[in-house]
Amino acid sequence: MKNLSTPLGDEVLTLKAGERVTLSGMIYTARDEAHLRMQEEGIPFDPKGAVVYHCGPVVKDNKIIAAGPTTSARMNELSGFLFDAGVRALIGKGGMGDIVREELRGRGVYLAFTGGCAALAASRMTLKGVFFEDLGMPEAVWAIECRELPLTVAIDAEGNDLFRDVRMRSDKIFHKIF
Amino acid sequence: MPELTDHERLRTAVHEATTAALREAEIHLPDDVKAALRAAYAAEDNPVARSELEAIFENIKTAEERNVPICQDTGVPVIYITIPPDVPFTDAITEGVQDGVRQATTEIPLRPNVVSPFTRENTGDNCGMGMPAVHITPGETFTLTVLPKGAGSENVSALKMFLPSETGKIAQFITEMVLHAGGKPCPPVILGIGIGSTADGATALAKEALLRPLGEMNILEQEIYDAVNALGIGPMGLGGKTTCLGVRIREGGCHTASLPVALNVQCWAARRATVEVNYP
Repeated sequence: MKNLSTPLGDEVLTLKAGERVTLSGMIYTARDEAHLRMQEEGIPFDPKGAVVYHCGPVVKDNKIIAAGPTTSARMNELSGFLFDAGVRALIGKGGMGDIVREELRGRGVYLAFTGGCAALAASRMTLKGVFFEDLGMPEAVWAIECRELPLTVAIDAEGNDLFRDVRMRSDKIFHKIF
Repeated sequence: MPELTDHERLRTAVHEATTAALREAEIHLPDDVKAALRAAYAAEDNPVARSELEAIFENIKTAEERNVPICQDTGVPVIYITIPPDVPFTDAITEGVQDGVRQATTEIPLRPNVVSPFTRENTGDNCGMGMPAVHITPGETFTLTVLPKGAGSENVSALKMFLPSETGKIAQFITEMVLHAGGKPCPPVILGIGIGSTADGATALAKEALLRPLGEMNILEQEIYDAVNALGIGPMGLGGKTTCLGVRIREGGCHTASLPVALNVQCWAARRATVEVNYP
């Protein structure tokens, strides 16, 4: 199993869909509202080699209490500017659309973290800061240092997409049953 | 100290019950759901699916050890209350629920999830604008059940008004909705299905169906369960044998010209807890 650390570089180009990895270092949460704000006002962290986490954590007394992934597909149409600025990986759940798969080609990867595993995630995270706090707890951009977050490469930089493969197979099975 | 009025006593009792039920539900997964996840793991041979389920088991354990919510989407609390004949059905009940949700939000803590639908302004305490939803029915005992509902699974819910002659199409409809949902609702999911009633009534039945613990299934539940698991969507949509942990159907009478069918999808973190309200 590969152990990745931020900032990420060309090592992400060699990752293969279906591979298990761990990630350590800085990650930045962003959901719908944060993507819209960043498009208007700019990215508040250094995007070169950065990792964006689709997550709206529970935070109390400057500590991350629970921080599992949110559904990434909501950000399908909102993510291109991040890769243009140098972001190398997204973390989320549920997979992303064709647009993002093409945007990632030759540049970065989409990493799946197990949905609902918020306590596990929080046990490996330290809060370092926050941007756009006025958006509210779920929608703000939280800067988090993580230690060995267990992830699955779901979309690689060559256009392989585990979620799409499963979807296509399931679709065929559905039409066989009904 | 002045004696509490009946209104205040009832409000306080409901307040305490709400906080206690939320604390239990958000941190500890019900035993039937844990057992279903273990059975899924035993049946699973896909390595990605197995590692997803292993993360889920580690997460359940971590939440209990650290006394923190299982999932950061602590949901919107949906509350079901039964009141016996000697308890007055007054504002004290809904006020007590709101007090309990506010306390749970700061203490457990819960993520403030309730926002205005257009401005998206967060109310900050999971209350306001008609939230949380409270469903009250008459009963033998004074009990309060919470079902914190996350958005990933709620967002793939569906309603279809079938023709009365189309009962044979229900399994296909449900399976197709799960197919389209893919990994979005955090599978393995539990499917709550409401059949009958009115359009609004069927959606309520679908959610209430999720209150029944997992276990034996009737013929239609089993048919849907088998079809959904044959799809191979698997844990988190990454492939595998377990897409669904169980199917629960609730029926209601309906208009002779109607056949409403509603689906309420529940993620694997099927949080629910029931407590008795200490009143009078």
